[in-house]
Amino acid sequence: MSEAPRPSAIPAPGAVLAASRAARSVSAGALVWRRLRRSRSAVLGLGILLVFALCGLFAPWLAPYDPYASDLENSLKPPSPRHPLGTDELGRDVLSRILYGARLSLVIGTIAVAIGVALGVPVGLTSGYLGGRFDLVVQRGIDVLLAFPSTILAILLVTILGVGLVNVMIAVGIVSVPTYARLVRGQVLSLKEQEFVDAARALGAGNLRIIFRHVLPNTLAVLIVQTTLQVASAILSAAALGFLGLGVQQPTAEWGAMLSTARQYIQLAPHTLLFPGLAIMLTVLGFNLFGDGLRDALDPRLRV
Amino acid sequence: MWRYVAKRLVLALPVLVGVSVVVFAAIRLIPGDPAQIMAGQAATQEVVAEIRRSLGLDQPLPVQYLYFLRNAVRGDLGRSLFNGAPVVEELAQRFPRTVRLALASILVASLIGIPAGILAATRRQSWVDTFVMAVALVGVSMPVFWLGLNLILVFSVRLGWLPAFGHDTWRHLVLPSVTLGAASAAVVARMTRSAMLEVLGQDYVRTARAKGLAERLVVNRHALRNALIPVVTILGLQLGTLLSGAVLTETVFAWPGIGRLLVDAVLARDYPIIQGAILLIATTFVLLNVAVDVLYGFLDPRIRYE
Repeated sequence: MSEAPRPSAIPAPGAVLAASRAARSVSAGALVWRRLRRSRSAVLGLGILLVFALCGLFAPWLAPYDPYASDLENSLKPPSPRHPLGTDELGRDVLSRILYGARLSLVIGTIAVAIGVALGVPVGLTSGYLGGRFDLVVQRGIDVLLAFPSTILAILLVTILGVGLVNVMIAVGIVSVPTYARLVRGQVLSLKEQEFVDAARALGAGNLRIIFRHVLPNTLAVLIVQTTLQVASAILSAAALGFLGLGVQQPTAEWGAMLSTARQYIQLAPHTLLFPGLAIMLTVLGFNLFGDGLRDALDPRLRV
Repeated sequence: MWRYVAKRLVLALPVLVGVSVVVFAAIRLIPGDPAQIMAGQAATQEVVAEIRRSLGLDQPLPVQYLYFLRNAVRGDLGRSLFNGAPVVEELAQRFPRTVRLALASILVASLIGIPAGILAATRRQSWVDTFVMAVALVGVSMPVFWLGLNLILVFSVRLGWLPAFGHDTWRHLVLPSVTLGAASAAVVARMTRSAMLEVLGQDYVRTARAKGLAERLVVNRHALRNALIPVVTILGLQLGTLLSGAVLTETVFAWPGIGRLLVDAVLARDYPIIQGAILLIATTFVLLNVAVDVLYGFLDPRIRYE
């Protein structure tokens, strides 16, 4: 970051991190944090996420029951002091299953998006930076992937890979690859024309050094925002696959799979339907709120 | 105009070829003998051999692909492994139902989303704006299938107003189209709001206000018409999202469309159906994008002449 660009009239979206560091003594992180705290939606989103993260992390200690212990005599019981969120068709405690489900959903969302980033970002970087025929070929490939609506692509991938936890993460991750590749490529195309890249090249920096020291750091702000929002959609997709019976399988305490079973007891035990769905919605809402807030905090155009 | 349409279509052609390659390759990437997979585990040796011959599996892969493409263009996508019905017939029966559902959902999305977006934009930073945007955010965060199940719970199970299953009358269409349209309504509301805010800040809107026009006229005649251009694009693109969502909505409401067909086929490993359904959905999606491009050029002449 020592060769950070000076703030120009219209800084590149990611340049705020570097620019603010150069311009003031406040660190970029502190600046973003201060702006985040001012945004009510970001704070609310972060709060929701923290609650779910803690639930997932401490599920074994927080859960009142073993999420897999069935108790057929007490099946489909509505919420009560003994079972705050009731029991499911096998008499398993819904609250305990939701707590374990939080762990699963957050892990699935995070790993799926990590796969998307790991594959999509290098593709976008090289395609945008090298340009020419390589870019042309890669972009036509991306076009083809984007020709499949996301759930349909995920279903196609699960058809090839088979169902189950790991394959769901891979399928949902691959679905997000084109998004990252496009996003990063767009950033790189505008960044590589900037003067600081010319300057670095004039100083004798090679392609790799330019990509990793000068281009990639400047795409980070946009990447972070996109990733936050992408985790939300990854969690939704994974839950959808679970619901369709094409994702994480029974009896695993996964929210989508729980809903898939709960559906059959819609008349007898609507609570088994209500709570897992609420958990999915709140988690996704948390990521969306936080992502929106993060975008506002990192967007240099809003800088005074 | 027609030259523009033709140009867009020609550009979509390589993508469609790519789609067919991916779908073709996908079925062959499944571990195991494709003929055995296609025939099912219970099939006799003769059946497997027949399938191998009819699919040309004894030929090199590129030749196989060309056979596949030739047959697909001729309208032959093979037969279902379960009832032996031609895949094309199955798709032809199911597809119109999904289209009906998607169109009804787009209607729901526009009827809710556009007025909500206008309301939020014209009362910027009031409680109305905050409320509409909060509801929209919840709308995009809600799992489609969960919303559908809740609607069934309230309107079918509890109140008994609307049927939860079936597809014969308009009454059957209400709950599925609201379910499927809700998330799109949220996206449309957000888009309409930001487009309206942008347009309302333009000089010609200030001029309209300065010459003393009623606010209603300024909004409807001057602002809305221009703000609708990006909104129409979003609506078109939402049709693609709806094809995705249809898979879930159709599962919830037992709506016998192409989404339900696809899910059943995946669960039953009916590969010819999977292949055909995905090919049809992706092709529709690509052509929809072309249609949106063309519509955009039609609405905004600046784009056509670039």
